Formats: sequence, C-alpha cells, structure tokens
Amino acid sequence: MASRRPPDRDVAPVVQRIRLRHARRGRLRFSSHRDFQRALERAIRRAGLPIAFSAGFSPHPKISYAGSAPTGVASEAEYVEIGLTSPRDPVAVQVALDAALPPGLDVIDAVEVRTGDFAQRLEASWWRIEFPEVDPGVVGAAREAFWAADSVEVERRTKSGLRRFDAREPVVWMDAQPEAVGGCAILEVVVRHVTLSVRPDDVLAALRQVADLAPPVPPRVTRLAQGPLDPATYAVGDPFAPDRRD
Amino acid sequence: MTDLRAGRAIGASHFDRLEPLLAQVAKPIQYVGGEVNAVTKEWGAAQVRWALMYPDAYEVGAPNQGIQILYEVLNEQPDILAERSYAVWPDLEQAMRDSGVPQFTVDGHRALGDFDLLGISFATELGYTNMLTALDLAGIALHAKDRDIDAPLVVAGGHAAFNPEPIADFIDVAVLGDGEEAVLLISGIVRQWKAEGRPGDRLELLMRLARTGSLYVPSLYDVTYLVDGRIQRVVPTHPDVPWRVAKHTLMDLDEWSYPKAPLVPLAETVHERMSVEIFRGCTRGCRFCQAGMITRPVRERSITGVAEIVQRGLEATGFEEVGLLSLSSADHSEIGDIAKNLADRYEDSQTSLSLPSTRVDAFNVDLANELSRNGRRSGLTFAPEGGSERMRKVINKQVTEEDLIRTVTTAYASGWRHVKLYFMCGLPTETDDDVLQIATLAKEVIKAGREISGRRDIKCTVSIGGFVPKPHTPFQWASQLDHETTDSRLMKLKEAIRSDREYGKAIGLRYHDGKPGIVEGLLSRGDRRVGRVIETAWRAGARFDGWSEHFSYDGWMTAADETFAQDAIDVDWFTIRERERTEVLPWDHLDSGLDSAWLWEDWQDALDEVAVDDCRWTPCFDCGVCDQLGTEIQVGPTGVTSLPMPEVRAGG
Repeated sequence: MASRRPPDRDVAPVVQRIRLRHARRGRLRFSSHRDFQRALERAIRRAGLPIAFSAGFSPHPKISYAGSAPTGVASEAEYVEIGLTSPRDPVAVQVALDAALPPGLDVIDAVEVRTGDFAQRLEASWWRIEFPEVDPGVVGAAREAFWAADSVEVERRTKSGLRRFDAREPVVWMDAQPEAVGGCAILEVVVRHVTLSVRPDDVLAALRQVADLAPPVPPRVTRLAQGPLDPATYAVGDPFAPDRRD
Repeated sequence: MTDLRAGRAIGASHFDRLEPLLAQVAKPIQYVGGEVNAVTKEWGAAQVRWALMYPDAYEVGAPNQGIQILYEVLNEQPDILAERSYAVWPDLEQAMRDSGVPQFTVDGHRALGDFDLLGISFATELGYTNMLTALDLAGIALHAKDRDIDAPLVVAGGHAAFNPEPIADFIDVAVLGDGEEAVLLISGIVRQWKAEGRPGDRLELLMRLARTGSLYVPSLYDVTYLVDGRIQRVVPTHPDVPWRVAKHTLMDLDEWSYPKAPLVPLAETVHERMSVEIFRGCTRGCRFCQAGMITRPVRERSITGVAEIVQRGLEATGFEEVGLLSLSSADHSEIGDIAKNLADRYEDSQTSLSLPSTRVDAFNVDLANELSRNGRRSGLTFAPEGGSERMRKVINKQVTEEDLIRTVTTAYASGWRHVKLYFMCGLPTETDDDVLQIATLAKEVIKAGREISGRRDIKCTVSIGGFVPKPHTPFQWASQLDHETTDSRLMKLKEAIRSDREYGKAIGLRYHDGKPGIVEGLLSRGDRRVGRVIETAWRAGARFDGWSEHFSYDGWMTAADETFAQDAIDVDWFTIRERERTEVLPWDHLDSGLDSAWLWEDWQDALDEVAVDDCRWTPCFDCGVCDQLGTEIQVGPTGVTSLPMPEVRAGG
C-alpha cells in the first residue's frame, strides 16, 4: 500500500510582507512569546487577513518573529513580519489586527517590507525599570557603582545550563532619574544585543551584586525601543526607517 | 485573620495587590484574564453576581464547556454579572497567604467573598480539596453552617454533584443536571430575595431554593445511621422541603445555542479549539458509565444548529480546530452529513475538524477519514473497554473481537499508522484472565494491521483506566477492586505484552496504579461522613488530587484512619464493599430519573452477562428517565442534509 502523501494543494505564494510593531502592556506583560504567537495567529484568522501558509501535511502560517522581551516584561517595541497572499494596506492591517487582539496586545505601527536584514537592524534595546518603594537616591548610587565597574559577572540558567557572563560590557548607557515617578525610582538602560543577550533581569542581578540593590517588590520593566544604535548618542533608532516611503 | 479586603470597597479589583506576586510564580499569564471574549461588567449595575469556579488549574478549567456556557448565559442577562475563577497552584497560594490576597476572579480580579453566589463545577470528585483552598483563601467559612447572610451561596454542579454528600458540609446548594436553566432559576430567586431586603436571613433563601424541588440544599436534610454504619434514613428537616430532588434537563439544544463567543485563552490550555456539543445524553447503556446514565435522554442538536455555532464561533475566536463533542459523537443520527458538510466548507481554510469518538466500527473509521482528508493520519482511538468477550457482556459494551479486528484492519488500510485502544481494569466479576486477554487482542490487532498494510512500523497503544463504581449506575452496588489486585493484574498484563517477541515492541501500554482510584471511589460513593476525611486531608496538604505529582495516597489514608478511628466504617467499607439491594445509598434522595428497580435489574443482568440494547434503535426498556421527567429521546433525521451557506468573508 502506498504511503499517503501531502495533498497537492496549490500553495498561494506570498505577494506582500508586512512588518508590524506591537506593544505588550499592563497585565498582558505576563504573556510569553508562545502565548503571543497563538494569540496573533488567531487574531489573523479573526481579522480575515489573507495569510500565506507553508506546504505539507501541517501547513504553518508565514509569520516570523524578532527576539521577544522576556515573560513578565512589558514592551512598546516588539516586531513581527507576516506574509500575505494578496496585498493589503499596511495601516489597514495594523488597525484590523489591533482590533482582533485583546487590549494589552496592541499593534502600533506597520510598514510594507522593502528591505531585508531586519534582524540585523535590531542592534540594541532601550529599557525602563521602575522600582516601587525604592528611594531614587538608592537607585542612583547603584547606577554609579555599576557604571564604575569594568565588568560584572552574573549567572543565568539557560537551556544549555547555568551560564556565567559579563552584564556590564553590553550596557552602553544608563540613567537614574533623580525624582521618583508615581512612587517609583526610575532607571533607564540601553543594552547592545550580543549573542547571549543581557536582559533586564541580568542588569538587576548585576545591580544587586555591585550595590546590594534588593527591591522589596519586583521592579516593573518595559522595553521602550528596539532598533539601530547611534554610536555617538546611544539613541535607539526606528528600525522601520529604511522601509518607510516618503 | 488578615484583612483580605485591605480597605477596598466590595467588588473592587485586587489586581494591584496580586501583581507583585505574579513575578514570583510559574506561568503568571493564567491568573491575569484579559482573554478575547472575556466579559467584565460594572459591579454596581448588577443585581445578582456570580463567581463561576472550575476547581482545577486554568489550563484545564478555561476550556471547560460548562463554565463557558454558564458564563455567557448569565452575562447575557442585563442585571446579572458572572466572572471566572480557577484553582491557584501552591506557589501562588503560599504567596497569597503571605500577603493576604484573597481568592480572585480572573476577569475583574474581584474577591470571591464579594459575590452573591459561588458556582463550582465538579467534573470529578478530585476537585474537592481545591474547593476548600479557594473558600479558605477567599475568607469564606468552610462550613455552610458558619456562613452569615453576606457570604456567597456556594453552589455545586457538574457530574460529581449527583452525589454531593461528601461535600454536603461545605456547599449550600447542589444542582443536578443541565445548568443553563438552573442558574437562571437560582438567579431569579436570589434577585427576588435581595429585592425584598433579604427577609428571614440565609435560611429563608435556602428554603426558597429547596422548595423548587430541583435544587438540593443538604443542610435541610438529616441523615441518620444504623449501628453497622449503613444509612438509616435521609429526612427533610422542614415539612415543605421535598423528599426527593430532581435533575434539570434541557430539552431543546437548538434553543440554547451556546457557546456563541468562546474565550480564547492567552495561556496554553488542554483543548484549544472551537467546541460544539452535537448532542447531550447517551443511551448505549455501558454500565460503568456515569455520564451516559445521568445525562439521559439523548437530545441532538440539528445539523443547521451545529453549523451555526461552528461558523459563529470560528469568526469570534479564530480557532484553527473544531471539536464535535458528545459522549459518543459518531452516534449522532446525521453525523455523516455533518462531518462531510463541515469538511467541505472548511477544506481550504486551514481549519481542522476533530470528533472524539471511540466507537468500534467501520463507520467510525470512515468518519475519521473524512475529517482527515488533507491532514496527517496519525492515531485513531477505539474503546472496547473490556478485554474479554465475557467482560464486554458484563459492562454492556457490545463489541466482538471480530468487530474490533475488522475495524482496526479498515483503519490501517486507510493509512492510519497508530491505533489506540482504551480498556478498563477492575470491572465487576473480572479475573486475571479477562485482563490478560487485552494482550491477546492487542497482538491480534498488530497481526491484522501488518497483514493489511504490509508494513512493520504500525503501532498499537493500550491505555488502561482503573474502574471506579459511580452513583446512579448499575454498578453503584458493586465492589471496587482493591488497589493491590489492580496493580498485580496490570503487572501480569505488562509482562504478557513485553515478553512477546513477535508483537511486544509494537504494543505500548499506558496505565496508572490503582491507588488514586481508591480515593476517587471513596469520594464518589461516600456519604456525609467522608466530608471530615476531605477536610482532614486538605488540612494536611491535599491539593490538586487529579495530578499525580501532587496526589498523596498516604495522606488520604492517614486522614481517613484519623477520621474513622472510632467508627464502624473505613475506606474499604466505602470502596471494596458490595452493597445489597435494601441498603439506603447516600444519593437515593437525588433523582437522576433512572428507576432504581431498573438499575438493580441491569446490575443483575450484568452479573448474568446479559446485554441491553440502545433505545434509540430498539424499543424502550424502561430505564425510567423519559416517564419520570416527562422528556423524550430526540434524534433525527431532520430532513436537512446540507448546511446553509455562510457569508463569504475576506481571506476565506
């Protein structure tokens, strides 16, 4: 008896790719990357977008994700790219997907893809860390100690076991605000993306190590931006810039 | 006791207090709500407020059809508000205790104690300890008798509520049967009582509920016992409280077209699909099956009713799978047309269809083929349930070995590589030999499969569940098999499969040891005295008893020994003891519609290995349901064979 083969479906080709910027806000910051993947796939179906699929027995929607912020961290700058089988206005796609996703998973920008190498453009992230019930002076002192250090080794459990790495070197900019905002001390950090990326919890571990900074309640972290790093100002730029039509 | 309210108004959100704890626990997304199609209504605008709880983890509870349906039914009422709550894992439980955060709803993060009603759906008895955790975390008195007028009314539903006696001390009300109309009935009574200024305290409300004759209020019944431990009588405490309480039966499923907009969980859950119940009830008469017995009669949803729910639900959710649910989905009188029409309609939309059916016949294979037209044909499941011909007669599973071999041959011939077979161990009158015949069957299955497919890589997995006798079934009088014998039979079976050089490697065996079944048996057929065991076990740490990594058999046995130290009863008395015809069973005053004389007759037929047919296609055999409830079997054909065309949508 012959084996069953995948059906000879006419797989509609991708005619347009759209890059989306989305935010993860409020209580939905506790969603994981996988949670978002499922939510997005279903939102695409609810919105009736002509998403392209791969061929075979188990077709997958053509969606690719840029590195996502860790679970529990809010973000204003997550990126995803979708392939469509018929062209759509990027703004209409943004609006339709935003409506189909639950509040807190918000689609805030969209461009039609005109350039490649998008992942390489995400050179750095700009993070804001809010410390409830911590004095801004304490955070400021911790910032000074961290900044003065040449390197700060921290440990993190990864899929390949416990890893030790320097959390200081990829941090190119760090600023502690002198005044509290809404009862929270505020620290902002720009981190260059390296192979074992330094995440906000690594920075927090480093601050604990160099300055004994031990917040009484877990700090709230938000990724404010992700994109090309200006080597002079350490500003994180708009990764969509090359795709935007004037 | 810590102040759980922390100075907040009734009905206020506690999310800001919960939020810092979420950073410290596993899978925090399960506690935050915010799903597509979730509803949060304004507290002040509602007259009657329900918290609906599924007493297991979110990943199991969120897809539960019962809770989703009631959530929609209640929230559709302008003056009723319903929110959901699930069991919290021990890591969050500890953090909540440390910080004084109350058990909350995931929708509005409101404290459970603020609601008028707390409805808990028990699909299984193993959720009882999680109910106690929730009550305790909510600051609601564990015992119904200690609750004041402001405490929520604790209402138990679900299949386990057909014998709520083990939890009689902890609940205010139990609902037997279909919940859709029952929750509205209860809401109406509560609304009226509140509008009148809550006259007569909590007792008056309970009396009003009990007088309906279809809402069971355990505290309004006294139970007395004989010296040997058996129940003497169950008597209402007031003259106008009825002696027996009837179950609820929804007669026209097409009039109750739910769920309309199911929740789309963000967290990963056990079933991620658009589920539609294609019929309710089952009359196959498998004697071990409580669900089949207590949900009679059969009531089908029409082919157009099914199509409408599927179409609307897919648009509202974006799910990529449709599940056609029921107790035996291939039995719907128009299932062939339903399956073909749905397969046609969604063929090009990357939507898969599933039909949980384990019927052992070629038609079932045809259906599975239809639903997997373009998909991978991996596993197909059949449930002969009993290993030997004799055993299958005892349980009234009318499948011959020839039927099974013919069916699996058809499956392997259609390209299925893997056949799963469900069996039970510990059935009444069972011997070692009955169980060992499972191995013989599995070998025959592989042999036939290799012949027809010409391949050696085909597989068969045998899954074995331990049989637990359940109330309102012909086996309610039966002796449960002790766990030692269960385990020894399973070991013999394992050896019989493993030692076979020709077929052993092609057969997988999945089973659990017999201990959890003993605790389930204690809770299933227990009476009010088992309540103290539950509380003792819970105080000693019992939680999430349906999860093997949390379940402690020794914990339960210690709790039972402690509780029954001075009594004539023990765990064996509730589990492995066979009951006699004259014994008053703890659930005899709860009416599932089944005639007790018929159940006994069916039990005797089981012992005599006599089969009983399905009344959908043979004459009525007087189980009692239709007469007693004024209901009837509702099956097609409706004359409609195709689905109405849906509107064409962008993207398709």
